[in-house]
Amino acid sequence: MKFLVCISLVPDTTTKISFVDNDTKFNNDKVQWILNPYDEWYALVRALELKEANGGTVTVINVGPAANDQVIRKALAIGADDAIRVDGADDLDSFGVATNIAAVAKDGGYDIILLGKETISYNGSNIGGMLAELLDQPFVSLATKLEVSGNTATASREIEGGKETLEVNTPFVLSAAKGMAEQRIPNMKGIMSAKSKPLKVVPAVSAPAYTSVVKYELPPAKAAVKLVSPDNVEELVTLLHNEAKAI
Amino acid sequence: MSVLFLVESVNGQVKKNSFEAASYASKVAAQLGTEAIGVALGTVENSALAELGEYGATKVLHVTDASLDAFDSGVYASVVAQVAQSAGANVVVISQTSLGKAVAPRLSVKLQAGVVPGAVALPDTSNGFVVKKGAFSGKAFAYVKVDTDVKIVGLVPNAFGAIKGSGAATVENATANIPASGVKVLEVSRATGDTLPLPEAELVVSAGRGMKGPENWGIIEDLANVLGATTACSRPVADVGWRPHHEHVGQTGVAIRPDLYIAIGISGAIQHLAGVNQSKVIVVINKDPEAPFFKAADYGIVGDAFEVVPKLTEALKKFKAAQ
Repeated sequence: MKFLVCISLVPDTTTKISFVDNDTKFNNDKVQWILNPYDEWYALVRALELKEANGGTVTVINVGPAANDQVIRKALAIGADDAIRVDGADDLDSFGVATNIAAVAKDGGYDIILLGKETISYNGSNIGGMLAELLDQPFVSLATKLEVSGNTATASREIEGGKETLEVNTPFVLSAAKGMAEQRIPNMKGIMSAKSKPLKVVPAVSAPAYTSVVKYELPPAKAAVKLVSPDNVEELVTLLHNEAKAI
Repeated sequence: MSVLFLVESVNGQVKKNSFEAASYASKVAAQLGTEAIGVALGTVENSALAELGEYGATKVLHVTDASLDAFDSGVYASVVAQVAQSAGANVVVISQTSLGKAVAPRLSVKLQAGVVPGAVALPDTSNGFVVKKGAFSGKAFAYVKVDTDVKIVGLVPNAFGAIKGSGAATVENATANIPASGVKVLEVSRATGDTLPLPEAELVVSAGRGMKGPENWGIIEDLANVLGATTACSRPVADVGWRPHHEHVGQTGVAIRPDLYIAIGISGAIQHLAGVNQSKVIVVINKDPEAPFFKAADYGIVGDAFEVVPKLTEALKKFKAAQ
């Protein structure tokens, strides 16, 4: 079974977010880039588990500049067999990224394309659905469980206040959420072997930009916390009712 | 020309977020000088659909085919695209729910329409179509310009609010070609209970490692019950299995923006704050005065949760009784 896992690069979760050029660009200075946790912890690891159980290959794909290669190799260190980087600009919109992944996937014969439910940077949750539509495949979103038997898969997905269980035939696209798998830390053997695993660079295809970010903004600073004595919780109730109007 | 919004239903009833979508769509329609039209799929009671008129919809187009009761993103996107085209929609509003997040991107490709996922405010239509959305998991906002003829807005639940007025929407049956489903839904299970699921909840009571063990969650549930709030937890608590994963709020869990978020025994790591800092009011109860969460809070109590929480529950009971 051939798996394709889409991986995105995002600022480390502890990054203090700031902007430059009149708040039109993310401030890259001193930012540590990591694999998007949803892509790495859930989509990639589950693909590896299924490959280990049933055989096959796991290819990772990223759309971005050459500077991404170092982080892409981490996915190889965790256990992916090979990587493809579409040599694209790093400011493509969702449709541009999806178009480029679809262009590679279209003739790749992948049985299952996995990705995280969203990136922790743009929080778009766009790529999976767009890919599925571009490739005319079923889309299983927000999946917390995936089992495969032959060309049939059973998946569970999060819905508000519950879950849905469904059956789907390959090929399909799946976005993974928490619960799908557990994070894997690459070991020394993985890190060493990652250096010699293939990382193919392919040129980007052009796609119209549907959207563009015109400005960023930080949330307004919070006023100082109002402390209430633990011996006077009634005051908190009064404040929540009269001042905050939250209850 | 029209502003179309997707109506979601459960067991024949319109979901809360769809009333909010109707309110949002009607405001966008007013900005553009047109009308807000709902599109409902599958079995939904007509009386429930007419109620969307109270939130600003003039009309609801209802594709009644019972096969639409089972969800498939490909089928839904196809049907919504057909209705959008026949209604001449130039904006489509879709709530960012588990269903909406799967439909919006497919619809984007079908209609060659740019989509803004995670919208938190009305579009600025003074110069193009620019929508404010959450970014960096709650740490920032991005203003996204949509450059296509048709625009799709993915609206975050509880970001805009349902605004009730008067009026009734006319409900019309609509037809569409329904393609074969790409998936076979085997089972749908929803927790039964009175509280709203986390992404829709207006009041949330959340607790963390400070609770010392899962056996101590009784006081958290008591507090949530008296408020009618939904319970949540921090990541470490879900990771060790004290609480189910679906309760985990934060950067890698569920991002929420309730009216009131009460955090108990949670230190407030940056990843946790990212998922909750758009809550309208934050209350922090922690015995460590240096807990970073206090910097993000509106109200705080420095004290032992095991003493403070039961007292707060009692005080709220008295307050509720006096209301």
